[in-house]
Amino acid sequence: MKHYLMGGAALLSLSACATKPDPVPEMTAPAPVVQAPAPVPEIVEPTPPPPVVQQLPPVVQSAPDPNLPTPGSIEDFAYQSGGEPRVFFGYDQFDLSPEARDVLRRQANWMQIYPDSTAVIEGHADERGTREYNLALGARRADSVQAFLISQGISPNRLRTISYGKERPIDGRPSETGWARNRNGYTNLRLGGVS
Amino acid sequence: MERTYLEFASAIVKTASMTLITRIFPLLAGWLLALLLSLPAQAQLEIDITKGNLDPVQIAVPDFLATTQSERDFGRQIADVIRADLERSGLFKPLDPASFLETQTNIDYKPTFADWRVIKADALVSGRIKTESASRILVEFRLWDVFAGEQLKGVRFATTPDNWRRTAHKASDAIYEALTGESGYFDSRIVFIDERGPKTNKTKRLAIMDQDGENPVYLLGGSDLVLTPRFSPNSQTIVYMSYENNRPNVYLLDIETGRRELLGDFPGMTYAPHLSPDGKSLILTMERRGNNDIYVMDLTSRSTTRLTTDPAIDVSASYSPDEKKIVFNSDRGGSPQLYTMDADGKNVRRISFGKGRYSAPIWSPRGDKIAFARSSGGKFGIGVMDVDGKNERILTESYLDESPTWSPNGRVIIFSREYKGVEGRSEVWSIDLTGQNLRRVETPGMASDPAWSPLLP
Repeated sequence: MKHYLMGGAALLSLSACATKPDPVPEMTAPAPVVQAPAPVPEIVEPTPPPPVVQQLPPVVQSAPDPNLPTPGSIEDFAYQSGGEPRVFFGYDQFDLSPEARDVLRRQANWMQIYPDSTAVIEGHADERGTREYNLALGARRADSVQAFLISQGISPNRLRTISYGKERPIDGRPSETGWARNRNGYTNLRLGGVS
Repeated sequence: MERTYLEFASAIVKTASMTLITRIFPLLAGWLLALLLSLPAQAQLEIDITKGNLDPVQIAVPDFLATTQSERDFGRQIADVIRADLERSGLFKPLDPASFLETQTNIDYKPTFADWRVIKADALVSGRIKTESASRILVEFRLWDVFAGEQLKGVRFATTPDNWRRTAHKASDAIYEALTGESGYFDSRIVFIDERGPKTNKTKRLAIMDQDGENPVYLLGGSDLVLTPRFSPNSQTIVYMSYENNRPNVYLLDIETGRRELLGDFPGMTYAPHLSPDGKSLILTMERRGNNDIYVMDLTSRSTTRLTTDPAIDVSASYSPDEKKIVFNSDRGGSPQLYTMDADGKNVRRISFGKGRYSAPIWSPRGDKIAFARSSGGKFGIGVMDVDGKNERILTESYLDESPTWSPNGRVIIFSREYKGVEGRSEVWSIDLTGQNLRRVETPGMASDPAWSPLLP
């Protein structure tokens, strides 16, 4: 540290000296040697064709959101299904509501765009029923979803069903709100074959 | 286990035991007592299903007599297990040993009955442990009717020292049988589903324990979802449903050998398994394209026969003990109700007509009752009815009671009870057929889907 400071002080005194220019005797600059440039042969380029003018198509959507899922991904399927690929049922019911049909139509469209995709359709029930009856109810719900997707043109060999009865609730709230969420058919998409 | 039963007395047993039976079942009037003496054992069973307030029999069970320290340990532990078994049955009140006046020194002499009458003991169990060799102990006891001053039973078990607990349960069964006229259920096990975690992230594993909650062990190694185990009524075999390989199907497990077998690989889900009383066939539900129907599988030939064809849900089939009838759950009438049919699927008849929705029926091993779960007004309870649906009685009610199963003697029903909320516990509870003696069954953690074994051999 000490040496550095001392060195710095020495440099300062040197530069202070340099700011006072010593008188320099004037010198005549040598005259530049001028040479004529070599002649360049003239090449006549053809006139470029005028650009084709086209009207841009009108902007129909905003720029792709980098936060959106990659098209063709499982996340994209969920997104296109309206957030999650799940449709909901009434208490002890297995028929599809108009909203559920709408969601399933979008699922079917997606699966037609991506023909390698397959799905295991899970049927679920709420806890307000006994175990085996709910397994049956879940099977019926899964079958309702599968039958609708088939009716929308999805090949049956791309679909399989499984019932979890009341064994896999997604909402722990012990209220009609929670139970309603647990009565669902979930389209568990696979990008490979049906396992 | 090697064992011998030794009856010390016989001639006076019957008369004396009737005295106590009238105390256990106070509804028995004097004229009924005379009738019972001349009737076979089955006639007494009817007493159990009358709902009367029972005055538990006060029973004294001193620690079994012993000479050495290790014998004394057995003598105390065995008496503890017997007292606990009898207390849990609700039919007995074991008296506090601190109140005992007499300390017997030899069980081969008559007790001083007056000393036992003073502390209001109705019955006395005098026991003794003897060591025969390092690998063999004798467990002996005499059961006394204190009021009559007579011996009701004298039994000697010969067993290995590490088998003391089962021997104690066998002694409890012998006492229960001598005093009630019915076979006991203490030397038996309960298979169940062990549960861990909140409802939204639950792990379920197949497990088994003694009926008093001791010796719990897992029966399967994996983490697959496993549901609804049921015992064979006549062997140490169980059937259950598993999601192994994401294929929900019915499996058979021999719990002695550990041999496990998938019972048929069907295109749809198979579930709700129950073995027939003779253990030779399996009744189950098979799902195809959303339709759930009942099938019976011959376990020898593996051929299946379809018993129901209704497009409605047909599920949870259970045989009558004589295998002639089947009770099951169906929503063919618009809501889940109970139905019976012949074993070939004919003569379907609805038997539940009460308020609410009925499911999970199970035929009593005695043959005269069907237990079930009923939901009404947002509550779930366990009930019983005659096999024609008459005399329905709801025994319990809670947020969620389900999965009833019978004790081997058909006197007790155990069931799953689940509490409200995502952290709501799952527990096993028991209640007598009479509607009395509701209590929680000890389990190592949360538990559901209990099924009682037959009495161990």
